[in-house]
Amino acid sequence: MLGRLSWAAIPFDVPVVMIAAGSVGFLIFCALALVTIKGWWPYLWREWITSVDHKRIGVMYILLALLMLVRGFSDAMLMRSQLALAAGHAQGYLPPEHYDQIFSAHGTIMIFFVAMPFVVGLMNFVLPLQLGVRDVAFPVLNSVSFWLTAAGVLLVNVSLVVGEFARTGWLAYPPLSEVAYSPGVGVDYYLWSLQISGLGTLLSGINLLTTILKLRAPGMGYRRMPIFCWTALASNLLIVASFPILTATFAMLLLDRYCGFHFFTNDLGGNPMMYINLIWCWGHPEVYILILPAFGVFSEVVATFSGKPLFGRRSMVMATMVICVLSFLVWLHHFFTMGAGANVNAFFGIMTMIIAVPTGVKVFNWLFTLYGGHIRFTVPVYWAIGFMVTFVIGGMTGVLMAIPPADFVLHNSLFLIAHFHNVAIGGVVFGVMAGITYWFPKAFGFTLNERLGKSVFWCWFLGFYLAFMPLYVLGLMGATRRMQHYSNMQWQPLMLVALAGALLILLGIALTVVQFAVSIRQREQNRDVTGDPWNGRTLEWSTPSPPPAWNFSHLPRVDRPDAFWAMKQQRGTSQSAVKRTYETIQVPRNNPTGFYLAFFAVLLGFSLIWHIGWGAGLGLLGAIVVCLKQAWRTDGEIEVPAEKVAAFERVRGGQESAV
Amino acid sequence: MSATEQALVTADAVPLSLQGPAPKRVVAGYGFWLFLLSDIVIFAALFAAYAVLSGETAGGPTAASLFDKQHVLIETACLLASSVTCGFGSLAMQSGERTSTYFWMTITFILGVAFLSLEVSEFAHMLSIGAGPSRSAFLSAFFTLVGTHGLHVTLGLCWLIVMLLQVATLGFQPMVSRRFFCFGLFWHALDIVWVGVFTIVYLGAH
Amino acid sequence: MSTEIEAQGKSPGAHVHTQGAHRSYLIGLGYAVVLTLASFWASSTDLVYPPGIPILLGVLAIAQMGIHLVFFLHISSAPDQSNNILALAFGIFVVGLLVFGSMIIMANLNHNMMPMDRLLQMQR
Repeated sequence: MLGRLSWAAIPFDVPVVMIAAGSVGFLIFCALALVTIKGWWPYLWREWITSVDHKRIGVMYILLALLMLVRGFSDAMLMRSQLALAAGHAQGYLPPEHYDQIFSAHGTIMIFFVAMPFVVGLMNFVLPLQLGVRDVAFPVLNSVSFWLTAAGVLLVNVSLVVGEFARTGWLAYPPLSEVAYSPGVGVDYYLWSLQISGLGTLLSGINLLTTILKLRAPGMGYRRMPIFCWTALASNLLIVASFPILTATFAMLLLDRYCGFHFFTNDLGGNPMMYINLIWCWGHPEVYILILPAFGVFSEVVATFSGKPLFGRRSMVMATMVICVLSFLVWLHHFFTMGAGANVNAFFGIMTMIIAVPTGVKVFNWLFTLYGGHIRFTVPVYWAIGFMVTFVIGGMTGVLMAIPPADFVLHNSLFLIAHFHNVAIGGVVFGVMAGITYWFPKAFGFTLNERLGKSVFWCWFLGFYLAFMPLYVLGLMGATRRMQHYSNMQWQPLMLVALAGALLILLGIALTVVQFAVSIRQREQNRDVTGDPWNGRTLEWSTPSPPPAWNFSHLPRVDRPDAFWAMKQQRGTSQSAVKRTYETIQVPRNNPTGFYLAFFAVLLGFSLIWHIGWGAGLGLLGAIVVCLKQAWRTDGEIEVPAEKVAAFERVRGGQESAV
Repeated sequence: MSATEQALVTADAVPLSLQGPAPKRVVAGYGFWLFLLSDIVIFAALFAAYAVLSGETAGGPTAASLFDKQHVLIETACLLASSVTCGFGSLAMQSGERTSTYFWMTITFILGVAFLSLEVSEFAHMLSIGAGPSRSAFLSAFFTLVGTHGLHVTLGLCWLIVMLLQVATLGFQPMVSRRFFCFGLFWHALDIVWVGVFTIVYLGAH
Repeated sequence: MSTEIEAQGKSPGAHVHTQGAHRSYLIGLGYAVVLTLASFWASSTDLVYPPGIPILLGVLAIAQMGIHLVFFLHISSAPDQSNNILALAFGIFVVGLLVFGSMIIMANLNHNMMPMDRLLQMQR
């Protein structure tokens, strides 16, 4: 009746899991109870769950990412504490079969459900505002993308309680991930949750790419587009071109597992090396998908807080597009040791070193933007400077490993782990934190507490170095990744230092929560009345904070880069009360399609994992019905009458002149 | 604005990239074009797998022994013809001619079904002689590549039915017209992929 | 979006003149039929130098894909199609890289590395 699902799927005999699941379950119950008692459901349903507004969706992505950061980080704490203990004769407290699930979940969650949603969320929120338009190209599809990502999140987290997760690492290499060696449901949870959320990501890439290329304010040609939009363009182009490779490769592995195909099996002609080749064809562009928007954030932050236009704008754009193309030409450096031989390794080693060059160009441009500027050392600038130091170190260790002979020593060692955390934390996390701090007032109408923000920065910055510099040393000493125990007692002190670093980062995460709470309490003192709290340069700062659903009452006309800065210079320091006529504006209506599709996607995914035939059929049928309902929906937009727009603008004008 | 730019700003000479947000039809078409390109990348990964694994017959049947070129030629004819009839159907749709649209799209549907039945019969035959996808890596790659194309054709035919129902119930309003146009893009793209399939898989078999 | 100025670029497949449009499909069909028959002929003929047959097939296939793009999908070099061309070019770049890159890499790997079934036999 329920396929392979039975009570045995729940690990009642594993206390760690039961306690974790129990606590989280309890918290979720409390949250739902609170919402119900306070009668917030209609508000949540109307304003958030069924919203197709890019600003709401962007915020939801980031909230999802923050939640999953806590989950992924708790996996990290488990690993760090295990390694601090399990030296020599001591065995630690996590047996290998659990440890394997933990590092697999950690990587999967951090890449797919923390980094990707953070970056996609930022792009979602900012792009239409910076481009001077009302929303993304396909608002309903945007909602679908978010909810499919959330569906993936749900499936991965359910695996903690019902069944198990994959023990194969975050990329599930065959033959270990084939059914012969991973007969349980773990790899299936991994594959289905990523197929579902991967579809969401692909659709989001198409959506944002179309928005950047086809929906910009009048006069905003490509040379006048903000740099964040250029990096978003490159990132979304990479999403559209690379995510299908992931989909196809996972589909082939799924066919192997479910239908007895032989793509990557050990027997009957299968070739596991082909999986590794294909998956990294996706995997390398993926890391550039994550880092490019972070680069964009830093370009915006550095320019704004130096009070100068970005140095070398054209070379910045060129560097971005060069990185975009080159990111497809380096993928083999992830498997130098697999045996392709010297010639092939040499080509990819050289290409990997070349790709460091445009990034170097960017770093110099940021430095030259800061140089000679009137720098305001706000929290985003702290993150930017921390990034520049940290990311450069990480990049250098990457170039070090780009040399195949060096990589033969360091591949899959803790040196590699340190390198990619160096660039992921120093680049992506720092970039996202800067972006969140920078655009928070635009989203919510008040700035975040500066002092706590700086504390969060220092915890992350110092915590990162403490946690990962020892790993570089350990890697050079011979320590491998994904090890649950080690016999060399000399490694333990370094592991303890790394644990201390992780605790410092934990403090940073805790302080982030405190920062949000305190800032919300202090919101009236930090209210952003003008819409331009940082004296910004780009169009999003010309809207009120938060912007109305339609973003701009009049689409701005752009005639140069840093359009808003130009407007401010022309207008002088005061906002002139120009008598303007307003038109009726069409705003997309709320739509539950995304939420319902995700519901059926979860049903379909869960049923496929547990081989529940009727559940899968129902999930598929439900999804089709939802799509058909959407196809016949003809009332997709509401009209905001001109008087309402005018009234809104009058109120806003009054608020600003009262400052 | 520079002097040259200002001189260029007449209604006709404003470059496309400066004209502001594009109309929905262009936006929808471009978005779908991007989706098609992503679909082509999926096929590329499957082609790559086929190219790498086509020699791995594991002692089982080889490509040359299994494929019937006459059969493939007829399949190709059906699909190519359906592409042209689909084109005529979209022209009819743009002119607002309802009966013409139904006529050409029905022919397209029939040709698509013909293609699929030929393909299903080929698969069924292969399964019956033990040359199924679990026999070898080559056969896994073959069934997946050709089967994925066939699955796309099937989904396209379902979509075609939905489109015809939408024309019947909603008429030729802009939303329906946009979707019809996207369907046309999809159907032509499937024929392009088929050119790759019959060349590499069937004609390239040795 | 409420502000719609002139058509910003033609979407792929959109055409301008309805009169010549039927002809476009018929001409495309003609070329496609010729190229298809040529491909089928080339694959089983003795008249072409055998190692050159795959290249000939490749050229014919690419030509036919081009015919489809131009006559059915109406891709052209007009300025309003430039976004479409750029996307297509990037797509072709990725496809080429994926297919040929994988073939080269896997050929090298297969040459150097022992086949899996023999590896397993060694372990028994």
